[in-house]
Amino acid sequence: MIEETLIPKVGVITDVRKDTPDVKTFRVVGTDGKKLFQHMPGQCAMVSVPGVGECMFSITSSPTNEEYMEFSIKKCGCVTEVIHAMEVGQQITVRGPYGKNFPVEEDFKGKDLLFIAGGIGLAPLRSVINYVRHYRDHYGKVVIVYGARSKDDLVDIEEIQTEWMNEPNIEVYLTIDRPQEGWDGHVGFVPAYVKELGLDPNMTAVLCGPPIMIKFTLAGLLELGFEKSRVYTTLELRMKCGVGKCGRCNVGDKFVCKDGPVFRMTELDELPDEY
Amino acid sequence: MYRISKEKLNDLYAKINETSGLYIPVKRAGEVNYAVWGEGKEVSLETLKTVKSPKSMFFPQTENMMKFKTDGKNIEVIDVREQFDERRPFVLFGVKACDYKAIEVLDKVFLGDPVDSYYKMRRETTTIVTLACSRPEESCFCKVFDVDATAPQGDVTTWLDAEYLYWQANTEKGEALTALVQELLEEGGETEVATQQAQTKAVIERLPFSNLDLSRFTPENLNALFNEKEWEEMSEACLGCGTCTFVCPTCQCFDIRDFKTNEGVIRYRCWDSCMYSDFTLMAHGNSRTTQMQRFRQRFMHKLVYYPSQYDGTYSCVGCGRCVNKCPQNLNIVKVIKTLGGKNND
Repeated sequence: MIEETLIPKVGVITDVRKDTPDVKTFRVVGTDGKKLFQHMPGQCAMVSVPGVGECMFSITSSPTNEEYMEFSIKKCGCVTEVIHAMEVGQQITVRGPYGKNFPVEEDFKGKDLLFIAGGIGLAPLRSVINYVRHYRDHYGKVVIVYGARSKDDLVDIEEIQTEWMNEPNIEVYLTIDRPQEGWDGHVGFVPAYVKELGLDPNMTAVLCGPPIMIKFTLAGLLELGFEKSRVYTTLELRMKCGVGKCGRCNVGDKFVCKDGPVFRMTELDELPDEY
Repeated sequence: MYRISKEKLNDLYAKINETSGLYIPVKRAGEVNYAVWGEGKEVSLETLKTVKSPKSMFFPQTENMMKFKTDGKNIEVIDVREQFDERRPFVLFGVKACDYKAIEVLDKVFLGDPVDSYYKMRRETTTIVTLACSRPEESCFCKVFDVDATAPQGDVTTWLDAEYLYWQANTEKGEALTALVQELLEEGGETEVATQQAQTKAVIERLPFSNLDLSRFTPENLNALFNEKEWEEMSEACLGCGTCTFVCPTCQCFDIRDFKTNEGVIRYRCWDSCMYSDFTLMAHGNSRTTQMQRFRQRFMHKLVYYPSQYDGTYSCVGCGRCVNKCPQNLNIVKVIKTLGGKNND
């Protein structure tokens, strides 16, 4: 019987971490205790709860993690609601990896990198940031700007504060939308913060977050002198198959599942405005 | 080339049915569609357009893909494709040139990497017998898409006239089928077929939509076409019923869903339609919120996006089913005429 990508593997949840009031990170391995499959940063997987549905999620753990995969999932629909109620030991199904990854080897190598994330937009970036950290001397300067509605909505804040912020050659800037008790960091929206920071426009930038944040942040970066061809982002549309056949995530002559989710801003300019 | 008298066609069907399932246009409740042949079935090879295309032979309207058994926290995935091993080979009989071209359009999608095994298994075990058209009608415009209605491809090509069905094998599978039914065939028919082809071609030339100009529908014009103001007016009457997508021989979009049974969860796929509002609906929003966007998506996919993805091949074959079936009389011909430039006036 030939292999069929639409038939998933069974995964077991081995850890559940509550990141924010509506985001949990799930650690998953195969039934043999090993990692389900290899992937590259930015690639996604179809996770399903049989009888409820199947959804595409970015793989938030780095490929350099040989033991397990992680998915940071925001509770916002019928499948994610069921997943959020799951405990350690629960099995789910996983298939993938799908889509094009960030060009960590082809384009990012040797470059200074700027990562900008808003809210759950950190999930796909965490994979590439940890990949870059693993091969630290292959890359130049690393700057991370991350914002969320409040301090409680910052995903993976523990890893950011105990690991990323303590590394001498990584600059991390955090911000929240409104002042909050117990927060003495920066307050303000990500696009404004990015402009305030006066970042070096020769960096290669990666943006992930809500569409409105991406729109204004990109405008800010262009004002600072960044080149559009060196700004990357990810798209998210409804998907069923993950392999460019079911037709749902079609934009122009691209399928987000297969030709994306990672796109250069210049590639997006060529696509019709329908995403 | 061979021929068989029309009176003996039933014997031909019976002979094929001895070793293979036979799917053929059959009249039932006033409608002709591809169905499994059996004694007493009213075969209608003369019908130009079956209501639904034969794509369901390879890409069924619904099909079970896998099962899941859950036990507490555990899940077992059950591959149901073993059913294919026990499946008889099939002969798909009477496929018109447009519908055959449509199968080639679907092949690019489902046999492209990664191969869709469900489609491939059906495709591999099926022998396709095509049937040339001799009475094209006004809604036909296959010529626009370089389809020769008088010489369809396939494993075997056949032609039908008042007395005979003419038969020519094109492939190894076709030769094998010919060998199976050899005792019913006699040699001859070249002259009759050539005459019929010339007559039919003359008719096709005179059909009202045979000379639509597609030259503006290129990948270079993708954004210009997408941004045309005419989409608003063209789509205004669209009900979003999805009829066009269901009768279309090239529409490929599908949904994957689960349903719970007493014996576990069955995951199936079924045809879906880009005309429906929930096609792109996500928990956090919808990328196409208006019927105009959905209408535009369907025609842009057929005329621009698909050709851009697959070497310029259009994802329309000019079968004209949407022309006949749209309750609001909207169709791809109107889109081509409106956006295709002055050569279509």
